[in-house]
Amino acid sequence: MKSALRRILTESARLDVPADSLADDADLYAAGLSSLATVHLMLAVEDEFNIEIPDRMLTRRLFSSIDSLAAAVTELQLAQAAA
Amino acid sequence: MNASTDVAVLAAVKAEDAAVVAAQIVEDVRQASAEPTWLAATRRVAQVAALHAAAVDRDARFPVEAFEAMRRERLLSAMIPATLGGAGLTLAEVARICETLARACSSTAMVYAMHQSQVACIVDQGHAIPWQREMIARLVDEQWLLASATSEETIGGNMRTSACAVELVDGAFRIEKLAPTISYGEHADCILVTARRSPEASASDQVLIVAPRDSLVLEKRGGWDSLGMRGTCSESFRLVAEGRAEQILPVPFAQIADQSMLPVSHTLWASVWIGITADAVSRAHQFFRAQARGKPGALPPSAGRLADAVAQLRMMQARLKVALDAATEASSERIARDAQEACDFDTPLGASLSLASDMNTLKLSISSTALQVVQETLMICGMAGYKNNTDYSVGRHLRDLFSAPLMISNDRIQLNTANLLLAQRTPATGRI
Repeated sequence: MKSALRRILTESARLDVPADSLADDADLYAAGLSSLATVHLMLAVEDEFNIEIPDRMLTRRLFSSIDSLAAAVTELQLAQAAA
Repeated sequence: MNASTDVAVLAAVKAEDAAVVAAQIVEDVRQASAEPTWLAATRRVAQVAALHAAAVDRDARFPVEAFEAMRRERLLSAMIPATLGGAGLTLAEVARICETLARACSSTAMVYAMHQSQVACIVDQGHAIPWQREMIARLVDEQWLLASATSEETIGGNMRTSACAVELVDGAFRIEKLAPTISYGEHADCILVTARRSPEASASDQVLIVAPRDSLVLEKRGGWDSLGMRGTCSESFRLVAEGRAEQILPVPFAQIADQSMLPVSHTLWASVWIGITADAVSRAHQFFRAQARGKPGALPPSAGRLADAVAQLRMMQARLKVALDAATEASSERIARDAQEACDFDTPLGASLSLASDMNTLKLSISSTALQVVQETLMICGMAGYKNNTDYSVGRHLRDLFSAPLMISNDRIQLNTANLLLAQRTPATGRI
């Protein structure tokens, strides 16, 4: 999942550094993630993992690292499987 | 009018006139008490601004007289909370000040509006920091005028990115910026400057620095000979600021822009554009009535345009009210969150995205509609409107308003808004 997230970051987040060089817990805002880019990142994540991120999870923390994105995707996938 | 002058006036007139004079004084007092003091103060400033508006425009000079009057009336601290020494006016009240000033002199009103959006940044984001509180106290005492340096050469108008960076050594900072425009930079007592957080930070990782005049060196690099808004003196400068780390607001500039700068500047700019439009519509209305008086029984051919212009102006005012309500609501929600010490990091982005797109669409619609309406008023006033220095001139209004779609380009705002709408699942159609 994290390699897919790195690919999405490379494609849609327009960071200042290559996504492959980022640690899982690296601060994406410090890496140049702008608020406009988070919108495209959100749509790409939803499309890739076939999920819909609910409004309550749509926070600055969600986009802060690859770890936090992966945790959210896992949570939503589990919820979908249980439904 | 105070009691001693009342007595002097009464003594000076013949007995039979005294009743008339007394009635007039009663009427003056009644009118004055019906209007809040800040609005009466604004009208006095607007009178001064109107007197010099033509010269300010002709010579592209700063509206010195209007700002002297504003300092006298203490309007520069109008939006600072009473607990910090200001008048504690609401955003809607300050919007009214902007609109009233704009009916007299667009440049005066726009400078005032830009000042207030900087005030909001310091008050909202710096009030807990001792250095910033001291700064607010000086602003109130000395009626400081605040300016902003967000644009940068090689970056252009995108204020969400910077090239220059803060160099911080032992609690002291230095920054150097080539700014293509700092509106009224030469006349400001303090300038708020955006920069990257550090030399290693990315272009969008910005902070906002509060730089009073004594910590600044400004070197003028270009003048301001423009189509309109000539009194804003938006010249280009090389800016060097040095000072202490406390001058740098702690929260990221992205947050300051979303929460304070954007809502305040877009609502107050809209108020200025509405004020300019209202003055042009009122000139067209007067022209229309004078024309109709000349030919009783028949309406002038432009009659329909006047009805349209008034209708459009009323729509603009209503749109502004919706935006002011939204901005005020967002600001009280933020204050409630801060009181609970809730972390902004975990606040759902939905509300701030919808506020941002609401402010953007306000800017798009008011800036373009204002121009259309004033163009209609030119059709109504005809040659009398086209000529300068008649009672019906609207040329300056039109030239000033051509800046509205440009200051933060509407092209950029349209794309930005479309991006924001991508993130919103529910349609951005407001409350029903």
